[in-house]
Amino acid sequence: MDFLRPAGWEEALAAKAEHPTAVPIAGGTDVMVEINFDHRRPAYLLDLNRIPELHEWETGGDHVRLGASVPYTKIMENLRAELPGLALASHTVASPQIRNRGGVGGNLGTASPAGDAHPALLAAGAEVEAESVRGTRLIPIDEFYTGVKRNALQPDELIRAVRIRKADGPQQFSKVGTRNAMVIAVCAFGLALHPGTRTVRTGIGSAAPTPVRAGAAEEFLNAALEEGGFWDSGRGITPSVVRRFAELCAAACDPIDDVRGTAGYRRHAVGVMARRTLTWTWESYRDASKGGA
Amino acid sequence: MRVNLTVNGRPQQADDVWEGESLLYVLRERLGLPGSKNACEQGECGSCTVRLDGVLVCSCLVAAGQAEGREVVTVEGLADHAGQRAGGTESRTGGTDPRTGEGTELSPIQQAFIDAGAVQCGFCTPGLLVAADEMLERNPDPTDEDIREALSGNLCRCTGYEKIMDAVRLAAARQSEGS
Repeated sequence: MDFLRPAGWEEALAAKAEHPTAVPIAGGTDVMVEINFDHRRPAYLLDLNRIPELHEWETGGDHVRLGASVPYTKIMENLRAELPGLALASHTVASPQIRNRGGVGGNLGTASPAGDAHPALLAAGAEVEAESVRGTRLIPIDEFYTGVKRNALQPDELIRAVRIRKADGPQQFSKVGTRNAMVIAVCAFGLALHPGTRTVRTGIGSAAPTPVRAGAAEEFLNAALEEGGFWDSGRGITPSVVRRFAELCAAACDPIDDVRGTAGYRRHAVGVMARRTLTWTWESYRDASKGGA
Repeated sequence: MRVNLTVNGRPQQADDVWEGESLLYVLRERLGLPGSKNACEQGECGSCTVRLDGVLVCSCLVAAGQAEGREVVTVEGLADHAGQRAGGTESRTGGTDPRTGEGTELSPIQQAFIDAGAVQCGFCTPGLLVAADEMLERNPDPTDEDIREALSGNLCRCTGYEKIMDAVRLAAARQSEGS
């Protein structure tokens, strides 16, 4: 095994181009587990810890450009206003030790369906900034996850940053596990209200081969909110609409039975989380509308 | 490969390090610092917790090469680390054995663990001490909720958490009296 230690981003891209099988390591919270357990013996480890810009974020404009290695702790501490859903999700990641090292770039690189950041990214709207010596491309988050632990990156590409749309309304994140800390999601759900475009976006974690949006549920809810004039009136959403939304979210799942839970349980729990997160965010939206009036 | 790093204030060099090796392995097996414990090797238990450039991390998930040039504090150096924070002007490392920490007055959190009876088998203790000390550094007046969250990445197999809570409360109280 070779340990590649680029001192800068250009050098890292060159190393990845030269050694496409090199495994990038940042926080190490996924990669080191695989090495410790002998599940993986890469020919090259590509250490990204020494590249300062990966640890930085920019908040100008309508999105946050979040460096791939910004640890979850920093997201919780610094980006709660711009990225409330991701900040909530970050807080559910493992433990302080893991949140100090792990970041969204690694979550995307691993592309586990159970990664905690994914539902929040899907709900907020995001693009993955993938770069290689050939150039930079922006991959829409909906197209990034291509299979179980597979993503749309090319072998010579590294994740430079994630561009996440700044919140224009309330966001929520919910996760089911056996305790609060050190839990891999049995399933998870993210929801973001976008009053600017009068749309609602969702993200489902750990209940399908990849993180997914509940597309049909979003379409149903967007139409129902529009037809009922809910965005303007700020009324509570009709219970039957909430119920139907929850059913459609559960139907968007394609889960499996595994050690953490059954497929049936996951479908049920996603429905419950969809109902709750919609209720919570809508209450926040109503409170904010009242406050603003 | 060779790895140079500073551990508990002293420059250290480890040779013949395998590229996939963890910082934990380097500390225990190459530098003779067995205070940090090796248990789950997947970041679940916190027994290997150390400070890496001040940040609380699981040393089993840090690749040895990533520690090149960095500063590490292990439980062996905790008393000195806490002492310097409390404003100890002169280094107390003079009479201290860098491998065992012997010869140094215990840190407040270590003393509190003894006084509160927060040590049973002792395996989780080093990680808990490093994690609790880091919290007291950031948050000198923690609520019970703060303590629980700060220690949520450290598992005690004896399930002695109540005494551990007592110990951290005790250390916080003593720290605020002393200041």
